Amino acid sequence: MNHEPLLLATPSGDVLNLRPEGPWTAANVVTLETLSRSVGTDVDRSRAVTLDMSGVSALDTLGAWVLEKLSRRAASSGRSAEFVGVADHFSGLLEEVRQVNLHTPAPAAVPNPVLARLGDLGKSTVGAREDITIFLQMLGALFMAIIGVLRRPRSLRLTSLVYQLYRIGWQAIPIVALITFLIGAIIAQQGFFHFRRFGAESYTVDMVGILVLRELGVLIVAIMVAGRSGSAYTAELGSMKMREEIDALSTMGLDPVDVLILPRVAALIIALPILTFIGSIAALYGGGLVAQFYGDMGPAIYIARLHEAISVTHFEVGILKAPFMALVIGIVACSEGLRVKGSAESLGRQTTTSVVKSIFLVIVLDGLFAVFFASIGM
Amino acid sequence: MDASQDQFAIRVRDLVVGFGRQTVLDHLSLDVRRGEILGLVGASGGGKSVLMRTIIGLIPRRGGTIEVMGQPTGGHGRGAATIWGILFQQGALFSSLTVRQNIQFPLRENLVLSQELMDEIAIAKLEMVGLRAQDADKYPSELSGGMTKRVALARALALDPPILFLDEPTSGLDPIAAGDFDALIKTLQKTLGLTVFMVTHDLASLTTVCDRVAALADGKIVAIGPMRELLQSEHPWVRAYFHGKRSQMLQHEMR
Repeated sequence: MNHEPLLLATPSGDVLNLRPEGPWTAANVVTLETLSRSVGTDVDRSRAVTLDMSGVSALDTLGAWVLEKLSRRAASSGRSAEFVGVADHFSGLLEEVRQVNLHTPAPAAVPNPVLARLGDLGKSTVGAREDITIFLQMLGALFMAIIGVLRRPRSLRLTSLVYQLYRIGWQAIPIVALITFLIGAIIAQQGFFHFRRFGAESYTVDMVGILVLRELGVLIVAIMVAGRSGSAYTAELGSMKMREEIDALSTMGLDPVDVLILPRVAALIIALPILTFIGSIAALYGGGLVAQFYGDMGPAIYIARLHEAISVTHFEVGILKAPFMALVIGIVACSEGLRVKGSAESLGRQTTTSVVKSIFLVIVLDGLFAVFFASIGM
Repeated sequence: MDASQDQFAIRVRDLVVGFGRQTVLDHLSLDVRRGEILGLVGASGGGKSVLMRTIIGLIPRRGGTIEVMGQPTGGHGRGAATIWGILFQQGALFSSLTVRQNIQFPLRENLVLSQELMDEIAIAKLEMVGLRAQDADKYPSELSGGMTKRVALARALALDPPILFLDEPTSGLDPIAAGDFDALIKTLQKTLGLTVFMVTHDLASLTTVCDRVAALADGKIVAIGPMRELLQSEHPWVRAYFHGKRSQMLQHEMR
């Protein structure tokens, strides 16, 4: 038995005799491709080709196709090609291979690069409009669901709401507290370090207090919740969409917005202010620790300074923003989840989009609130 | 190679498989001859898929030996796709790859070949399972159930493996599509000289394409042989399976 495939080419007059030998199987594909390429010009030159199959010890689809391709190359432009000496157990396969690849589909036209760019631009413009539409649709659907719940309070999915609160609120407390604690400590350290040069160390407390309560507390917590819970929402709803669970819900006459989305968004709206409060306190505590160990400022002085520096207004400004940020995160996460198509890749893409988009919108929203609060003098 | 190795594609001896305290397969032995289509029947949840998955190596076994093509199996390293092709019940196509890329995947991973040849082979396989070249650039989510199974079959056959495992190949197909699929498997089995191990509930498939049928009950193979013999079997479960109301009705109408 041959262990390497061979292809013997013997010209006799105008006729080229090709005699493949050995195993013509996928395992030897490199040799097969070289062999068939090496006889290519001979095949083109001769008027007729016979393929003597009697020496082939093993044949699979790939080997048969390589031979069939040679025979087709010979048979093109009115010349003739035939297989001879085909063993019985190979004939079916050769016959099968003869039926395939007869109609090569036209290769896709290469688009004009300028037009392609313009096309992409147009598509993304339409896409942006679609994004806004979807956001508004989801907002509308949520309000309808809320009205439905107000009309019939019993239709609120309390179990689901409590479970979501537990997941995105209670379970998030340790990590939120840790991160905001560190952020508070870092801000305080930077404040002491730089203000010391002007002898204005005591103002560090003002900075930490105002920054944390007005901006950073809520912003950091919202970004963390978008990354932690928003992505989970998108992935959950996306895989439910993939497995037709959402279609199943709809066919039972239940609105997915009522059953799945309202409890999730409501849980976010309830949890985010609470997490913001906890986060802010943790940040102030971190600042206080740094004040004691790095800024030589005892707790009593720190608290007294804090008492002078901040008012309840600062706290209100921060905490008022939280529910709106939660709404944005919830709507983006849920609507991106529902946009997942069949593939695993699309689930990943939509989850990424959800997190990126909700963080972006949270920051934009924060900017808008800053303008708003400045103009009403808060 | 001695005769017994040559004769059998798969030999299972005293196989024991269980989960926790439950034993699913209890000292099961089964031989699959080369070049035959073996149908495996059994109650739902009775361990048919477990047996198939254990042979493939997806489920660890507690005892016994499994030989595939004369080689004891133990872990499935690279190159498993050259020994067997597997058609999972739901197709298990890679959802982020097109049909063409799905079929090319085993080729690309196991062989070094030119893109041109790879494209041609992919289209050839696609046409062999009865699809058109135009379908090559679709994604799995755009395919119907029947097409998914055909593409999965094309992918399973990409490297012309000697053994083909089919997990309920005709479930979820309409009778015409199921019949076509059976015929396709029979044709491919003949042309490519495959050994086919098929888990199925489809009585029509069992009668028309299977050379032998094995019945799995209580974790053991209780009867094995051509369909005719199984119909004569005295084992209570096998009798219930083939002579129940549903089966009787079908067989009656087939006559």
